[in-house]
Amino acid sequence: MDLKEKLVSSFLAFENKVDLDSYVHDVRSEAIKVFEEKGFPSKKEEAWKYTSLNKILKEDYSVFPKQENALDYKDVKKYFIHDIDSYKIIFIDGKYSSHLSETTHDGIDVCLMSAALNKPKYRLIIENYFNKAASKDSLSSLNTAFSSEGAYIHIPKNKIADKPIQVIHFSTGNESASLLQPRNLIVVEENSHVQIIERHQNLTDNPVLTNSLTEVFAKKRAIVDYYKIQNDTSSASLIDNTFIKQQRESIASVHTFAFGGKLIRNNLNFYQEGERIDSILKGVTILSDKEHVDHNTLVHHIEPNCESHQDYKGIFGDNSTGVFNGKIIVEKEAQKTNAFQSNNNILVSDKAAINTKPQLEIFADDVKCSHGCTIGQLDESALFYMQSRGIPKKEAKALLMYAFSNNVLSSVKIPEIKQRINKIIANKLGVDIGFDL
Amino acid sequence: MLKIDNLHASVEDKSILKGINLEVKPGEVHAIMGPNGSGKSTLASVIAGKEDYEVTEGNIEFDGEDIEELAAEERAHKGVFLSFQYPVEIPGVSVTNFMKTAINESRKAKGLEDMPAKDMLKLIREKSELLEIDRKFLSRSLNEGFSGGEKKRNEIFQMAMLEPKLAILDETDSGLDIDALRIVANGVNKLRSEDNAVVVITHYQRLLDYIVPDFVHVLYNGKIVKSGTKELAHELEEKGYDWIKEEVNA
Repeated sequence: MDLKEKLVSSFLAFENKVDLDSYVHDVRSEAIKVFEEKGFPSKKEEAWKYTSLNKILKEDYSVFPKQENALDYKDVKKYFIHDIDSYKIIFIDGKYSSHLSETTHDGIDVCLMSAALNKPKYRLIIENYFNKAASKDSLSSLNTAFSSEGAYIHIPKNKIADKPIQVIHFSTGNESASLLQPRNLIVVEENSHVQIIERHQNLTDNPVLTNSLTEVFAKKRAIVDYYKIQNDTSSASLIDNTFIKQQRESIASVHTFAFGGKLIRNNLNFYQEGERIDSILKGVTILSDKEHVDHNTLVHHIEPNCESHQDYKGIFGDNSTGVFNGKIIVEKEAQKTNAFQSNNNILVSDKAAINTKPQLEIFADDVKCSHGCTIGQLDESALFYMQSRGIPKKEAKALLMYAFSNNVLSSVKIPEIKQRINKIIANKLGVDIGFDL
Repeated sequence: MLKIDNLHASVEDKSILKGINLEVKPGEVHAIMGPNGSGKSTLASVIAGKEDYEVTEGNIEFDGEDIEELAAEERAHKGVFLSFQYPVEIPGVSVTNFMKTAINESRKAKGLEDMPAKDMLKLIREKSELLEIDRKFLSRSLNEGFSGGEKKRNEIFQMAMLEPKLAILDETDSGLDIDALRIVANGVNKLRSEDNAVVVITHYQRLLDYIVPDFVHVLYNGKIVKSGTKELAHELEEKGYDWIKEEVNA
């Protein structure tokens, strides 16, 4: 039985366990039909031209990883941004870990998707927001069909979440191969502000495939800062589907730090449904071995006077491959749009490759849109210049790569994250750099 | 200090240096002049250790040790400094951080601890004053958006920071107005001592009015074809290089 068949037949068993009269049941049932019809995407589809899921779909994944393994905080502390005070929503093999988590209902809701889906007091929110931003593509539909657990974050009007929220998914290898499908819903009401850090971490060599979906609603003048740290093992693959709907004057930023994993596909979608919105998409990708990362972004400018800023940098070593596919749609009504996109890449090895493809669809006539992509090697004259000042070649290379990714880090608002990312970069580049750029 | 013996070098199989002999002793200032394409910048790059150039014959001795097999950074650690004709822009790395890294890497190579931050700041302040460099300038990305004059001044600032034994100034005077030229020359002169030496590569006499050479060499077609004292530089300024070419080709 292939994975698709297995998923479709598992769905029946899964759905029997839930309330058949609910809105969510209808959404799920509809979603499994879409998945059944479309199946997993193949390279024949334009959006998947450079990324093949074939290899990772061959594993015999357990669709509902069974028992929960306990983890000691001290053993996994290094995967947390542990030098800041934060809320934590932690999952082990897809199941909520209360002893690693720190949730709240005090003024804001930082808790579980399962609670939001099942408790009557959240019914209205679920009916208003659940699956209202996600697209109906096959992988999103697959996640929707099985959506049961994840992070639920609700920040009411005029509230600033008093500390960042870390959402971490650990895999302990308790099944020989696991499929995880976390589902997150984040609603940030008018004038409110939240910072979220998300990470997926495999703790063994057993294969893990995560098909995650996050819906974010940024209401009027809300500010949402989202940091995705993707530094997983070579046995872990991640398909990360993120849909962000913004209302007027809101600012939403997503920083994606893709440093490791067998295969990562980021489907990052912004929908601007009001005026004077700012959407910020930043990414640093540093790969080695046979790692593959595909950034697939969409910014949909629907209303006038909005901005979007995309800046993705990639450094590719060994046999690694990267894809950047950035789509910007500017609707006819979206006059005075400022949309910027840049994607710069350095190939450190002859065998590494990057496919970069900007797609601009502009229907308005009074807009400023720019896009640029570069692919290059490290500047040899710069290396010699630095060496001639006594900086060894390896350090010089690292310093250049560091500097290259620097302006992406400059917009990170939490200093501890910046430090952590700096450390990971230095570690990836195999050097000790004595200062923060 | 520097002893170059029958040095031949080529880039991509094109022979550029064809038998250079040059000896520079501590305390001396040598000027290397010559027409465009004679190999002046190649000589500077070969001494500093640029990998693109292949030494095909002869050798370069520095402080009694053959250095032609050493990496550029190892030569820098031994005290060789090259002021670039075209300093490279390095976005994202500030002048200060660049110098900190360079100095601490040199110290590391000598088995020393990093320079304490306080000493580093003091050194930076002292040397930037010497080159009349604005403090704001030091936090900017290295050479990025610098004017020609600022780049050259920054080169000499780096030289002042690193205190090399042998400084090779490759066309440091090009792109400098007269005030900047004076500041740069003044900086170089203040750094001169009995123990270090300077090789000035230039087209023109102009810089040599400020940094007075003990010896002047004319490089033509990959060889030093004439050597003399500072009077030779004056003669070249007056008469150009054609008479040298005629002498060589005769």
